[in-house]
Amino acid sequence: MRELRIHGRGGQGSVTAAELIAVAAFEDGVYSQAFPAFGVERRGAPVQAFVRFNDEKIRLRSQVYEPDYIIVQDSSLIRDVDVFAGLKKGGIAIVNTERSIPAAVPEGVRLITIDATGIALEKLGVPITNTTLIGAFAAATGEIAPPAIRKALMRRFPGKLGEKNVAAAEYAYNLVKGEA
Amino acid sequence: MGLNIGCAAAPGRARDNKTGSWRVFKPVFKYDKCVKCGLCEVVCPEGCVREGQDGYYHPDYNYCKGCGLCAEECPVDDIELVQEEK
Amino acid sequence: MMEILEGSHAVAEAVRLCRPQVVAAYPITPQTHIVEALASMVADCKLDAEYICVESEFSALSACLGASAAGSRVYSATTSQGLALMFEVCFNVAGMRQPIVMTIANRALGAPLNIWNDQQDSISLRDAGWLQFYAEDNQEATDLHFIAYRVAEDHRVLLPVMVCFDGFILTHTYEPVDIPSQEAIDAFLPPYKPVNILDAKNPMSLGMYATPDYYMEFRYEIDQAQKRAKEVFAEVGAEFAKQFGRDYSGLVEGYRLEDADMAFIAMGSICGTVREAIDEMRAEGKKVGLLKIRSFRPFPSEEIRAALSGVSKVAVLDKNISLGQKGAVALEVRDALYGSEIDVKGYILALGGRDVRQADIKAIAGLLEKGEGDQFFGLRTEVL
Repeated sequence: MRELRIHGRGGQGSVTAAELIAVAAFEDGVYSQAFPAFGVERRGAPVQAFVRFNDEKIRLRSQVYEPDYIIVQDSSLIRDVDVFAGLKKGGIAIVNTERSIPAAVPEGVRLITIDATGIALEKLGVPITNTTLIGAFAAATGEIAPPAIRKALMRRFPGKLGEKNVAAAEYAYNLVKGEA
Repeated sequence: MGLNIGCAAAPGRARDNKTGSWRVFKPVFKYDKCVKCGLCEVVCPEGCVREGQDGYYHPDYNYCKGCGLCAEECPVDDIELVQEEK
Repeated sequence: MMEILEGSHAVAEAVRLCRPQVVAAYPITPQTHIVEALASMVADCKLDAEYICVESEFSALSACLGASAAGSRVYSATTSQGLALMFEVCFNVAGMRQPIVMTIANRALGAPLNIWNDQQDSISLRDAGWLQFYAEDNQEATDLHFIAYRVAEDHRVLLPVMVCFDGFILTHTYEPVDIPSQEAIDAFLPPYKPVNILDAKNPMSLGMYATPDYYMEFRYEIDQAQKRAKEVFAEVGAEFAKQFGRDYSGLVEGYRLEDADMAFIAMGSICGTVREAIDEMRAEGKKVGLLKIRSFRPFPSEEIRAALSGVSKVAVLDKNISLGQKGAVALEVRDALYGSEIDVKGYILALGGRDVRQADIKAIAGLLEKGEGDQFFGLRTEVL
């Protein structure tokens, strides 16, 4: 079983990102489970969401403490929250930032930084970075494939909004693939 | 922190929670055209814009969440939203 | 069809398939997504029901009671403080023998205010006369609604049902769920045939005044109906298993109990984590198993005795506490096992949403082995 922990702020769409990744993974034929770290919903407050991927039915209900992957939607969180806590050796961290990150990355962790805010502003016109980061996650981990992402995004955001989000996700996917 | 009987707490706890780091966009008060109307203070949902000794209004970036209401409502367009570097 | 959706939406789909004619509910976290989804279905003509907007949970269940008395199939959902506000009406619904089905998105009760999961809310209504079924995952939460209406409306039972599933842990979790077709559910769940109907053309009263000469007999009859619900549940569960391939016919369900020396007893979503911990402990050579309680009302005393016949130690996990006493499940399990040699210990845990991990379950097994129990588990003593 592989586990993902998403760190974001209320309103940035972390919970939706977890949902969309789980839906895409299910489309790709694995069992998946997505749930938020159930906080009080306030715009801007630090939030977490989790995804599990498994080849059989998932029974475990605890939160994720030793993730294989983390996504950090807002690098300012790194000062407030230990986003790398428990991240496995050989794990992958995807961080939204336009510069270097303000903390030491644990040994053996593969760090991928991406200016998801810039991409989201360009492709969507708003600084909502979740769909961009889904593309980066897919490229970095191989857990989900672009056709499944498209399906999940179009189901959640039918029409033009979906197409814009798909464009953002695919742009990030190609960017990270190109660098790998 | 110990537990108070009945989960009692003193007021003012919101002051401990500095919400400034939540911003994506920062409202920069330019004071080029400001007419001191005070609308920014009135519309700020966080209550963090205050009138200074100089009669101008100043945001407290320790608490400003960057919602942009002040910039949107400013009648002389004197507040600019600038993306925070992250 | 197997699809991936939020637990609340899976339950809303299940309710839609049951074709309720009246829905009355008041939104409250973490139940909100269920009733929002149902309201949308009614607005979009996907569910042919009267959706009654009310100003409180007291009104919600009162509206349900009236609608049910008029002969409709009725649905509601609530949690925590909302259920507490329904307290009086809950007793009336059972006393008037109205087979309403209500989902409880289990949540802690204040004060202090807490929106997270435990099972204090429904457990506190255990004496109201409602049947109470607890779901381990969203598939079970979905399926128990079909079974709930069949059991509730059976003329041997005629009692309301709370289908309980853990707030947030299940309500807000996306996972794959098989949603049956409308045809399949129509074949399984025929329209409700009420015994008495409030009808202006043929007037009568329900829930009439009963003097000391009669009151006790009415209460006895409700208790008898609860007991008959056991065999009805088993029958309906077996029929469901035959038709849909998922077996809920047991009021309890064992996991790796066959040669177990030590057993956990639990209800709801925690059972999944316990199963994982049991597999780990089994790999380490410990003979441990789980007995999941699916039906808390009626309480399966005989079934528990039978299932635990080979076990010497039992750890009961309670997401509730009868303050000044112990956890409700532990108390009732101890009653069920009265006179046996089995050592029953209770552990209060996960109150107000405190997370439970496999390591916690293994730590409890360690406590049980040492004979330590009847205590809170996982207290942060540093803040006391």
